[in-house]
Amino acid sequence: MCLGIPGKVTAMRDDNGVPMATVDFGGVTNDVCLVYVPEAAVGQYVIVHAGFAITVLDEQAALETLRLFDEMGGAP
Amino acid sequence: MKWLDEFADPVAARAVIDDITATVTRRWSIMEVCGGQTHSIIRHGLDQLLPVELIHGPGCPVCVTPVAMIDRAHALAATPNVTLCSFGDMLRVPGSNGDLFSVKAAGGDVRVMYSPLAAVRLAEEQPDRQVVWFGVGFETTAPATAMAAHMARTRGLTNFSLLVSHVLVPPAIEAVVPSGRINGFLAAGHVCTVMGTAEYEPIAARHRVPIVVTGFEPLDVLEGVRRCVRQLEAGRAEVENAYERAVKPEGNPAARSMLSDVFEVCDREWRGIGSIPASGWRLAPAYREFDAESRFALDEVDGLHTHEPERCRAGEVLQGLLAPDQCECFGGECTPRSPLGAPMVSSEGACAAYYQYRRVSVG
Ligand code: SF4
Repeated sequence: MCLGIPGKVTAMRDDNGVPMATVDFGGVTNDVCLVYVPEAAVGQYVIVHAGFAITVLDEQAALETLRLFDEMGGAP
Repeated sequence: MKWLDEFADPVAARAVIDDITATVTRRWSIMEVCGGQTHSIIRHGLDQLLPVELIHGPGCPVCVTPVAMIDRAHALAATPNVTLCSFGDMLRVPGSNGDLFSVKAAGGDVRVMYSPLAAVRLAEEQPDRQVVWFGVGFETTAPATAMAAHMARTRGLTNFSLLVSHVLVPPAIEAVVPSGRINGFLAAGHVCTVMGTAEYEPIAARHRVPIVVTGFEPLDVLEGVRRCVRQLEAGRAEVENAYERAVKPEGNPAARSMLSDVFEVCDREWRGIGSIPASGWRLAPAYREFDAESRFALDEVDGLHTHEPERCRAGEVLQGLLAPDQCECFGGECTPRSPLGAPMVSSEGACAAYYQYRRVSVG
């Protein structure tokens, strides 16, 4: 329930006034409510808890963190 | 998988571990608060690669839900015309008289659901049944419970209610600091995704402990540890965000506003730890009509005498005072198939993580 992993938004729809999405977690898809992430768009990654996306992954920040790891590995 | 594999790269992990090893001048004790992090640490053996002591914290919601709450869920599930819904893990937690699956076996209507939205939907489909959502968890799952309550109100559902047992992370950190054993904290990344980071500032300042907001993949955990030991070595005690791709300082404004509408802060009992002041959420007065405890008059239910299994040392495990494999029952009397205590049930529980990945050390 608490192990939130990033999944990719593949489709969005309106369900009775509630914004919903199909989210792909590495081949397993799930129905996810987007009410808390109005900024989400198809193709983005979200972190989901109990069927609700609670954040949109900031890909720029992710790449920046990975770059820091790279640098650390490259340091003498 | 994208954004997972990249954060598990062994070459980068080695570089971060080397950096930590080159930084530390003593063996610091750092608590990872969240059960998801505990799971990742034990699964990847990170604690065995690091020159610091990692202490497992109380951040497994299944583990800290008190027996009295599980017993209330039992009483509800055994009530005629009631369908009780919750996450799968909750159904396996032992109460005073077995787990919720045993109530189901005896004819109770108990359903496993992945989201409370499914319970709202069920209530709409079956207007002649009372549907109850057993809402547990930290600030990560509470927005889901809050939205279910909100939908029930806006849709005028009279056959939906909630048994709410939500808990909050910052008061739990405050409760374990005084043991004096912990030099720094890795805060639970996803909790901060919702709540932001401001709540941790006064805790870091008051207790002079660094608090590093940390993610869940192996590199995330290592980076959290790295930033924490850097602070400790420099004599700093600040709140730092090492999980920037998911956590903004202000958290999630939409979720926070829903949470403050639907819930109010209350004292909560934590399994094995006891009552922690202002450490939980219950439904606010405007939502009390959806409170299952008052709808079904649970306080008056006969025979609601609860007890914890005496031999289970979950309280010490949850406070980081005892490692799971130091419990006498570990792996013998207590296994994931027949758990004596809640930390053996959920994959986020420290006992279950040890059982799954570190049984060899039992001998
Ligand atoms: S191993 Fe089992 S009995 Fe021991 S503390 Fe963990 S859950 Fe309780």
